[in-house]
Amino acid sequence: MSRPEDTLPPDLHYNDAEARKYTTSSRIQNIQASMTNRALELLDLSSPSMILDIGCGSGLSGEILSSIDPSAGGPHIWVGMDISPSMLDVALQRDVEGDLMLADMGQGVPFRAGSFDAAISISAIQWLCNAESSEVSSTGRLSRFFNGLYASLKRGGRAVCQFYPKNDLQRTMISGAAIKAGFGAGILEDDPGTKNAKLYLVLTVGGSAEEGTGGDITGVVKGMEDVDVLDARKKHREKGRREIKKGSKAWILNKKEQMERKGKVVKNSSKYTGRKRHITF
Amino acid sequence: MKVLTLNFLTCAVKACKTTSTSFPLHPKDCELVSDTIAPNPQLLLNVLPRIDWNALIITAGELGFPTLPPTPPTREELESNEKMMTELHTLLLETQISEGSLVCGNCGHEYKIKEGIANFLLPNHLV
Repeated sequence: MSRPEDTLPPDLHYNDAEARKYTTSSRIQNIQASMTNRALELLDLSSPSMILDIGCGSGLSGEILSSIDPSAGGPHIWVGMDISPSMLDVALQRDVEGDLMLADMGQGVPFRAGSFDAAISISAIQWLCNAESSEVSSTGRLSRFFNGLYASLKRGGRAVCQFYPKNDLQRTMISGAAIKAGFGAGILEDDPGTKNAKLYLVLTVGGSAEEGTGGDITGVVKGMEDVDVLDARKKHREKGRREIKKGSKAWILNKKEQMERKGKVVKNSSKYTGRKRHITF
Repeated sequence: MKVLTLNFLTCAVKACKTTSTSFPLHPKDCELVSDTIAPNPQLLLNVLPRIDWNALIITAGELGFPTLPPTPPTREELESNEKMMTELHTLLLETQISEGSLVCGNCGHEYKIKEGIANFLLPNHLV
C-alpha cells in the first residue's frame, strides 16, 4: 500500500482536492471516528476538559470531542493544530467548534506549561519521521514536539496518539523520543497481526494521585477487557535476577553464545558440553 | 480564536521560551466576533485554576473590555455567582478574534490571524 508520507510533505500532500477527498470519504470518516472513540476511552476523561488535537486536519476527531454528551463527561473544548491550510479551510467550511491553528508540530507546541488536560492525535505523528529539508532532522523534530507536548500538558495529564509507523524502526524512534522527553510511554495495539492493526501511543505525564490510574500504560489499560500486557521491562528484570551457577552447563552455553556474537570462533555445542571428564585411572 | 486560547498561547520562537515578556501575546488591530456557544459551567470551573489571571486582565484591556477584578474568583465564588459565570463565559469562550495579529512582547514577531486561524508557522532559522 502506498504511503502518503513517502511522496510529499504534509502541507503539500493535503492540497484542496486531497483535503476534500479525505473529509468526504465515508470510509475514512468511519475509521477516524472509531479511532477517536478508542483514544477517548484511553484518555478516560470524566469532566469537560481542555484538549489539544495535534494534526486536527478537517476536524473529524474534534467534532466528536465537542459532541460528547454531558452525562459522559463532555462536551470538551479543543484547540487543533495542523500544517495543511487546505485541511483547515475544509474545517472552517464545516464550522467546527474548536479553535484552529496553522502550526507545524515539529516546530514545538506553542503553549505555556500545564495548559491542557489531555492531548489527542489521530494518524499524524508518523509525519514527524520525515525531514523535508536539510536544515531539520527527524530526531530534532520528534524531540521538539514531545518536549513541547510534555510541557503543555498538566501533571497527571494524558496524551493518546494513534499513528502509522512505516516499520519497527520508526515505531521505536517515536516511542523512544517520547520516553526521552519524560513521558511514561506505552503502545497499545488493536487487532495485532492483521492488515488493519492500529497502534496507539499512550503517554502519561507524572503519576497521578489516584491509585491505579497513574504511572504508565499498564495503569491505563487496567480494568479493560481483552488486553494482553506485554511488559518488556519486567521480562528483562527477571532475566537479570536469575542467577546461573558459574561453571554449570547453562553458564558455559551462555559464554559460548556471547563469544559467538562477538565473532569469535567457537566449538560446536553437543551433549558432552560442560560434562566432567571421567577419571581414567 | 477564543480569548481562552489566547490565554494559553506563547511565542513559538525558541529564544523567547525563557523570557517572561513572551507571554501573553498582544492582540493588534483585531476584529472581534461573537459566537454563541452553549454555556458549560463545569468546563469553566475546570479551567479556572489554569487561567493566568494577570495575563487575562492585560488581554481584556487591550481588546477594550471592561476591567476585571484584580484577583481571580475562587471556585466557590464562581459557582455561586451566576452573573460572573455568564460574563466569564462571554469573555473567554464566545468572544473570538477573527482577523488581526498577535505580537510577541519579546521578539516582536507578528502571528497573523485570518478567519480565526492563527498562523504559527515559523521560518527555519527561528525554530
